[in-house]
Amino acid sequence: MCLQVEQVRLLDRFSSKSTNGTLYLTATHLIFLQKETFILHHHIASVEKLSLTTTGCPLVIQCRNFRMVQFVVQRERDCHDIYSSLLRLLRPGGYEDLYAFSYNPKQNDQQREEGWQLIDLGAEFERMGVPCDQWQLTDVNRDYKVCETYPRDLYVPITASKPIIVGSSKFRSKGRFPVLTYFYQEKKAAVCRCSQPLSGFSARCLEDESLLQAISKANHNSRFVYVMDTRPKLNALANRAAGKGYENEDNYSNIRFQFVGIENIHVMRASLQKLLEVIGSRPLSMSDYLVGLESSGWLRHIKAVVDAAIFLTKAVTVEGVSVLVHCSDGWDRTAQVCSLGSLLMDPYYRTIKGFMVLIEKDWISFGHKFADRCDQLDGDPKEVSPIFTQFLECVWQLTEQFPQAFEFSEWFLLQIHEHVHSCQYGNFLGNNQRQREELQLRERTHSLWAFLMSEKQNYLNPFYSPAYSEAHPVLEPSTLPYHFKFWRNMYHQFDRSMHPRQSILKTILTLRENSRKAESTLQALETVKVQRHEEDDEQEEVGEEAMESTDTERTVEGSSGTDSRKQSYGELEGTYNSDVAKEEPAVVSLEFGVARMTC
Amino acid sequence: MEFAELIKTPRVDGVVLHRPFLPTVEGTLCLTGHHLILSSRQDNTEELWLLHSNIDSIEKRFVGSLGSIIVKCKDLRVIQLDIPGMEECLNISSSIEALSTLDSVSLMYPFFYRPMFEVIEDGWNSFLPQDFYWWFYEWRLSEVNTDFSVCLSYPPLVAVPKDVDDDTLRKVSTFRHGGRFPVLSYYHKKNGMVMMRAGQPLTGTNGRRCKEDEKLINATLRPGKRGYIIDTRTVNVAQQAKARGGGFELEANYPQWRRIHKALERSNVLQDSLIKLVEACNDQNHSMDRWLSKLEASSWQSNVKEILTTACLAAQCIDREGASVLVHGTEGTDSTLQVTSLAQIILDPTCRTIRGFQGLVEREWLQAGHPFQQRCSQSAFSNTKPRVEAPVFLLFLDCVWQILRQFPCSFEFCESFLVLLFEHAYASQFGTFLGNSAADRSKLSLPEKTVSLWSWVNRPQELERLSNPLYEANSLVIWPSVAPQSLLLWEGVFLRWNRSSKCLDEAYEEMVHIIEYNKELQNKVNSLRRQLAELETEDPLLQES
Repeated sequence: MCLQVEQVRLLDRFSSKSTNGTLYLTATHLIFLQKETFILHHHIASVEKLSLTTTGCPLVIQCRNFRMVQFVVQRERDCHDIYSSLLRLLRPGGYEDLYAFSYNPKQNDQQREEGWQLIDLGAEFERMGVPCDQWQLTDVNRDYKVCETYPRDLYVPITASKPIIVGSSKFRSKGRFPVLTYFYQEKKAAVCRCSQPLSGFSARCLEDESLLQAISKANHNSRFVYVMDTRPKLNALANRAAGKGYENEDNYSNIRFQFVGIENIHVMRASLQKLLEVIGSRPLSMSDYLVGLESSGWLRHIKAVVDAAIFLTKAVTVEGVSVLVHCSDGWDRTAQVCSLGSLLMDPYYRTIKGFMVLIEKDWISFGHKFADRCDQLDGDPKEVSPIFTQFLECVWQLTEQFPQAFEFSEWFLLQIHEHVHSCQYGNFLGNNQRQREELQLRERTHSLWAFLMSEKQNYLNPFYSPAYSEAHPVLEPSTLPYHFKFWRNMYHQFDRSMHPRQSILKTILTLRENSRKAESTLQALETVKVQRHEEDDEQEEVGEEAMESTDTERTVEGSSGTDSRKQSYGELEGTYNSDVAKEEPAVVSLEFGVARMTC
Repeated sequence: MEFAELIKTPRVDGVVLHRPFLPTVEGTLCLTGHHLILSSRQDNTEELWLLHSNIDSIEKRFVGSLGSIIVKCKDLRVIQLDIPGMEECLNISSSIEALSTLDSVSLMYPFFYRPMFEVIEDGWNSFLPQDFYWWFYEWRLSEVNTDFSVCLSYPPLVAVPKDVDDDTLRKVSTFRHGGRFPVLSYYHKKNGMVMMRAGQPLTGTNGRRCKEDEKLINATLRPGKRGYIIDTRTVNVAQQAKARGGGFELEANYPQWRRIHKALERSNVLQDSLIKLVEACNDQNHSMDRWLSKLEASSWQSNVKEILTTACLAAQCIDREGASVLVHGTEGTDSTLQVTSLAQIILDPTCRTIRGFQGLVEREWLQAGHPFQQRCSQSAFSNTKPRVEAPVFLLFLDCVWQILRQFPCSFEFCESFLVLLFEHAYASQFGTFLGNSAADRSKLSLPEKTVSLWSWVNRPQELERLSNPLYEANSLVIWPSVAPQSLLLWEGVFLRWNRSSKCLDEAYEEMVHIIEYNKELQNKVNSLRRQLAELETEDPLLQES
């Protein structure tokens, strides 16, 4: 199916600029030619048809990657056609309709298989030093019988017998009993995760108590474990009335209990909504912006997650105490805190490959409900929440404080975010591993990690220093509020007028690339020089060779990308003519790649 | 007066210095006429040399016989000195207080400072008006103000339209606030349009007019062209100014000009804004909401946005509308200069070089009569109610920093240069920022008695430190984004002492390293190529073929 509408205007969100072009609707994309705008249907969060104006019929499209476009279609009938087609296309009937099942990057089965083998969680636990004398792999969940939202392979203390595990799982929401997610070898301290206990007002479970005892015993450095309930105390209390709740310190002799107060998915959803409203309004005064930033609570929530991760990190690395982290179901806040904490503790997770492993482990395998949270199948809107986006933002906030500690740049985070919503690769489809196996994703779709790895060059942080990580294996970020900043490159990713016109990151990456080229040219020239001296006869040929490399080396120009800031600064709105404006920033480049194609 | 009279205790041993993010230092505290010095007398630790004039305020605290003095500096640094002995502590604190609040300019350190470096180029002669304005067609340098009799805050030489004679200027000066008749600020080579600045017209309540004033500014218009007057005050404020003899250009008398009012804050409001901002930055509370609401309440970022927007507007009138512009507020010595100088940063690539920026500061701030001494006599920690103090220049620097952030490759200088200017505007061993006007400076004989900051800056080693490794000359007009999301808090100044900059500094070093390595490689490649090319031409075999 392909729909084509001519003479459509694309309005810029923050300037009075507009572009004319043709709009196409294909089975997978909405395409606007003139400006090379490709929008994947899966990225579209909402489409709205506004009432007819003198210039045409406006169509507002909001995307999950925070792109917002407004088209004006001349004829209302065309607009309606686009609108209704889009509505149809935006409602996939089932997983099979998702782009990942039709996307073909021209790879054979073997390449695809290799792509899926890139990340191996068994090897990851081995890297941490597990199994070891205190921790073992259990096959209790081999067939997803004990917990269907957990992966098959789980690591538990050696002293935890199967009856204990099964007993504990019956006392935990969704059967998500305490298991190991990260092992801090240096102090033999463990980070474990689970869901809330079904304690209600007085219920207890001896098996659960022994499992916590076993976790505590597995660490000889400490006589207790921390239990971090990542929810606000009030929420946890409210859960007790529903037969859920939190651990009673009197029943668990070996725990120290701690609330850390991260809000739930509904609060987070509303917070982001508010933030987007604020930053999308025009005109926006500085005061409204700052007040809006505050009242949205977004940065407060980001800080709460980072604070919790720091608590976890300190307990493990400084005190050498094992920590059990949970929230309600143990797949949102728990995933945030465990993964961010691990990232602070272990430099490996701050590399490109390690970050993939981290996401694969704490998010994908432990059953963060990507399908529900990212609304892959047009499900319950109350299940949608930007939990994973928050995690990426927390990482970004850390990269700002530690510019040398991460192998990847912000572009890597943005690209991952893009594909979590694109449904182009199989990795994030579904809600848990069991479902993914049923969907046969490994056989029928491609892995994002392989694709990102093949483009690794684009995501490198030129300031990364492995020596820094060696000297500072554990990051100790400051959590004073002014270290938390608005992430413009995420939430205004596609609003070019907001971005710096020149990018340090891009410039330095280009320079590094040039250096690499110069190194090889230099080597070639040295060889030529030596040859010159040695063999006079071959000069002619070699001379040409040297000339050739001159040419290849002349692509040094680096940043191009022309764009003029046709922004108006008030009173003179729209009065200047566009011819003059065209002359401007020619050498200047954009911080951010414009509409990046997702196919 | 002898400084010795003010120094009650010149030396105390066993003093402990606390600074955030740095190890404590124990040593001997010495007071001299101009400095507070703390030295551990060990080779490996650095000494603290603090100019008394840098001290904004001090606080004393006592725990038993141990006294502490908390010294808050104009560059926003806060340090603590633990002094054993109550009497010593009291003596030191009252000495510091007296020495840091000397009234007489001629007792300031620049008059005593002897340079420890070789002056290659005397900064006092580096930026003469005749070097800058000489080539502007249709404009001339008038000597009407040589003896500062026409306008006390103007320099001896000012650029005015060629067709306007000195008598007219004298008449116009009586019609403008502070005698500040319209003068040339910037000439846009691309299209010959100009930017002028002045004080407000003294129309008063009965709408006084001045034909000569109208003639002067109309002389800058091309036939049939209109110009823009940018009044940095709101219409209301401008209306109210009439009651005090001020006012604005009435349409009826200036039919060829379109007036635009903007809302830039006056200086006392700005000082309050700075105090609140610094207070917010020093708050160690961990609440995000509290930080954001304090940041908002300080209005600092709003001020940055408004100033930048107004400057962009002026630049837009000139470059895109092809119109000339006159900028003024009330006195024409504060917000006016913010606008005219920032517009030049946007329009003129020369202003983005190290030397060009010095020239801009010299022309648009020092010569233009920004009262530095008044505005910078106190900074964010002052306890007294501000009267004339205001961070007008600091706001300008902040705006430049915002543009620098958005165009990191288009400036020859790096952030350090802006920070350096901020520091020296408030406390310095150099005479550059002393006095309130060219007249003051001439009266104080600064060029003869003090060293210019530019003499220090324009030496190879300093230039290297201040230069931006990413710089690539960009001849274009650079339009910054003024969206709130694009403007950031200037951490390099406001969080400078509240965070550890080690990580950021190391990353910067790494960047410099990458750039230098690349340069070195390109040079090697080029020289090898040349060698090979030479071999080729020398080679008889090759020439044959």
